[in-house]
Amino acid sequence: MNTCTERLYNGIVKENPTFVLMLGMCPTLAVTTSAINGVGMGLSTTAVLVMSNLLISLLRKVIPDSLRIPAFIVVVASFVTIVDFLLEGFIPSLYSALGLYIPLIVVNCIILGRAESYASKNPVIPSIFDGIGMGLGFTVGLTAIGIVREVIGAGQIFGAQILPLADEAAGKGGYVPVTIFILAPGAFLVLAGLTALQNKVKNNAAKKGRKTTEAAGCGEGCESCTNGSCSGKVFPTGNEKE
Amino acid sequence: MKELLIIAIGSALVNNVVLSQFLGICPFLGVSKKVETAAGMGGAVVFVITIASFVAGLIYKYILVNPAIPGNGDGKLAYLQTIVFILVIACLVQFVEMFLKKGMPSLYQALGVYLPLITTNCAVLGVALTNVQKEYSLLQGVLNGIGTSVGFLIAIVILAGLREKMEYNDISESFRGTPIVLITSALMAIAFFGFSGLI
Repeated sequence: MNTCTERLYNGIVKENPTFVLMLGMCPTLAVTTSAINGVGMGLSTTAVLVMSNLLISLLRKVIPDSLRIPAFIVVVASFVTIVDFLLEGFIPSLYSALGLYIPLIVVNCIILGRAESYASKNPVIPSIFDGIGMGLGFTVGLTAIGIVREVIGAGQIFGAQILPLADEAAGKGGYVPVTIFILAPGAFLVLAGLTALQNKVKNNAAKKGRKTTEAAGCGEGCESCTNGSCSGKVFPTGNEKE
Repeated sequence: MKELLIIAIGSALVNNVVLSQFLGICPFLGVSKKVETAAGMGGAVVFVITIASFVAGLIYKYILVNPAIPGNGDGKLAYLQTIVFILVIACLVQFVEMFLKKGMPSLYQALGVYLPLITTNCAVLGVALTNVQKEYSLLQGVLNGIGTSVGFLIAIVILAGLREKMEYNDISESFRGTPIVLITSALMAIAFFGFSGLI
């Protein structure tokens, strides 16, 4: 497998940002009320990620090491601003659905993390593919959570009614949507279920003696995070004084 | 006065920053193992968000949309808000850390370790951007900041209290760790819906 396809596979499956690394939890929980929002957020993040990886990789020999984090932040923030305006101009419906979370792509750990751990050390072409892979992995994750929440919470997928709704007035039986799943608590519940499922798979694999790759993300909270935006900083785990 | 109170209570309880807006999930899940550390983190967040919403508000009002600046006729510079706010917050956190270290060592002892982490807390940037979006005045913006961060403090301390008790529970294997914390947060989010009749 050459480097480019390896990067794509790595981003989408092996180090999937949502399910394996558990990065970028804020947008993951907030915008996945429907599948289409998940796709929109995922693709916006992909666009920013690819462009920032490209530029940071090009500039990797110019940016001094001690100033790299602020430099990365400026690059990322510029692309986020561009994406913000493009969405406002061309897809206003998505823009109003995602709202505040588009400018907040700036503080998404995936982007700074990839800039720090991959793009700043590798040539341009693999960095672009790394961005595409990670972005698509994030999109897949958000869409999957969005589909689960939309089906349970409204009986729809991508806005199309797949479960006929019950209509008490007409005496018609059918699906009664569990509205809580498209409200805030549903996000926590769906993510809890998915993480538990992932733990189950991991535990089974561990029992069979297979080696599992340890996630280098926010899976156990930020203290295990090895990513650029947090690395080198002391993260209190609450166990220091013992 | 009534309007200001509504902003503060609304952002602290009704639209709780973590449980209904999903900002600052990372520290919420990561630093909530003990009540003491959770309170420390919450305190640091209150401190930084209050200052950040004030400074970001000042910069927005007097630089970004100030017509007196040459070439800034109709507040054209406002498109720079995302870039400016994130840089200002990052610098501010550094300054606050240095200032506390020198000027108030006791407060630094209590909050010090949490300060560098706050730059990556999206609640700080979130508050600054919300203030602009909702066209709050400087005072309203600061109150919104205080309300939001107090909401964060309340949520993280409650979660830490629950997690301390949960240590003794027998949780099924797959749900240990993050999943059970997420389910606890879901129940808290449902409980916080109770506040929606408040305003």
